[in-house]
Amino acid sequence: MADQITDLSAVELRERLVRGDISAQEVTEAFLQRIHALDPRLHAFLYVDTEGAIAQARQVDEQVLTGARRSGRELPPLAGIPVAVKDNICTKGIPTTCASRILEGWRPPYDATVVERLRRAGAIILGKTNLDEFAMGSSTENSGFGPTRNPWDLTRVPGGSSGGSAAAVAAGMAPLALGSDTGGSIRQPAALCGIVGLKPTYGRVSRYGLVAFASSLDQIGPMARTVTDCAILLNVIAGNDPRDSTSANLPCPDFTRALQVEVRGLRIGIPRECFVEGLQPEVREAVLQAARLFSDLGAVCEEISLPHLDYALPTYYLIAPAEASSNLARYDGVQYGYRAKAGDLYTMYARTRREGFGAEVKRRIMLGTYALSAGYYEAFYLKALQVRTLIKQDFDVAFQDHDLILMPTSPTVAFPLGEKVTDPLQMYLNDIFTIPVSLAGLPGISVPCGFANGLPIGLQLVGRPFDEETVLRAAFTFEQHTEYWKARPVTSDTVTRDKVKE
Amino acid sequence: MAIDDHTVEYVAKLSRLELTREERELFREQLSRILEYFSKLNELDTTGIPPTSHVIPMRNVFREDVVTPSLEREVVLDEAPDQEEGYFKVPRVFEE
Repeated sequence: MADQITDLSAVELRERLVRGDISAQEVTEAFLQRIHALDPRLHAFLYVDTEGAIAQARQVDEQVLTGARRSGRELPPLAGIPVAVKDNICTKGIPTTCASRILEGWRPPYDATVVERLRRAGAIILGKTNLDEFAMGSSTENSGFGPTRNPWDLTRVPGGSSGGSAAAVAAGMAPLALGSDTGGSIRQPAALCGIVGLKPTYGRVSRYGLVAFASSLDQIGPMARTVTDCAILLNVIAGNDPRDSTSANLPCPDFTRALQVEVRGLRIGIPRECFVEGLQPEVREAVLQAARLFSDLGAVCEEISLPHLDYALPTYYLIAPAEASSNLARYDGVQYGYRAKAGDLYTMYARTRREGFGAEVKRRIMLGTYALSAGYYEAFYLKALQVRTLIKQDFDVAFQDHDLILMPTSPTVAFPLGEKVTDPLQMYLNDIFTIPVSLAGLPGISVPCGFANGLPIGLQLVGRPFDEETVLRAAFTFEQHTEYWKARPVTSDTVTRDKVKE
Repeated sequence: MAIDDHTVEYVAKLSRLELTREERELFREQLSRILEYFSKLNELDTTGIPPTSHVIPMRNVFREDVVTPSLEREVVLDEAPDQEEGYFKVPRVFEE
């Protein structure tokens, strides 16, 4: 029974919970059991809140589900549905480390807005998922607490930085997860783990309680095995929040209404700049095949140009580290987290940061500080902000004649652990197709669109600002006409079987 | 765009980061290579192009000036590495 429950989508779980076939506690215990069986190998979680989750589930059973069944009242949208939360999102009283030694053991005194919204919706928070330290990375290897492994192949990375959330969902350890995306950190791990991940428009979801990395780019979004589950989770977390002045003061539609199998007349642009050297041939073929499917279904697919695509990577790796160097100045050993022993204040700051931060975080703080320092500010930081304007204009032009842009999520499938850790530039190239979308603040989704040597390939669909609906509709249509999303990693079953043998 | 030892030292100091000798050498080499790659941006003439620091057009957001509850002092101080009489405690700033 436990295995069956963890195979179900959030929609299917809800049907059974509403009917009373299963209780929230049974659902929660099934996912916890699976975490305890699989996670010693996958390391998707940094913290599993076993007691808290069961207590929440009991409460939902007693106060919410029973009452609603008796009275016929509408249930809160996620009543009794477990969710995993990326560990850079604050959870009151539950450790939030950003996978950094500098925040080890810290228990936030408040919930992020998205976590408040989850709780209000009746969701059960299973625990906190692994990431690259402070979300800086594309493989989850930069975690201060050890890497996460890809459920499709334990010798490979799950992508990053939301690698823990992606692996948890792919392996059936959670039906839903929250990730955060600054340059691709939801979409790229979703692609590499064969699940669906949506980065909403910048401003769609409150960042209050999301530990800041690059504030002009950071955005929280849903990760799940189906487009429908993503839309349901987006419904819960989206909306204006007075505590985040950058959250858009716009009405939020019911995103599940966008889930229609209909793309006739939709104008889809395919940027020719994406199909260059470095794109794995199988990825190219899978993405072009997806375009053919859209054409067959009545969409109009056309080649377009994003002339400044090639400049997005250096632009991003100046802007994001510059913002990070400022945001991470707060880790000084004074108010929370780790403090190194030192006799004077300056040494205390510098030593705390030396001992608390990992290599990639230090590298980006150095890079950002350099780009912002006197004499280099105009040559690097200001220049990058100007090129950001050009990149955004490319998309503005493309969206004059097109409703959607279709491209690969990642240039390759999941790569082996250790392959790129010593070469930061090679690692940065993973985000070449997701970064431009982030710089322009646009909504983008990654959906499974094929396999190469048994490893999942992701298709990226990008929409106009605040038009998540078109993105979801196209993704849903694609999903309903393909079977890729139904595949499950064999590794996780192998792990279970091994466990049983032990 | 080669970065020398002096620049690495200087940036580390601005960043309040103590670096080991190995880290200094590694970062000098890696940052030089990364910045060299970034010089690609100089291919573009950006004269007169306005900078984009924020993608969504918005102005200051104000709220009513009413008092709302803040975090409790004890709860916050409980998370501090060191505290005394309701304050954060740090090593001495000035020599005696």
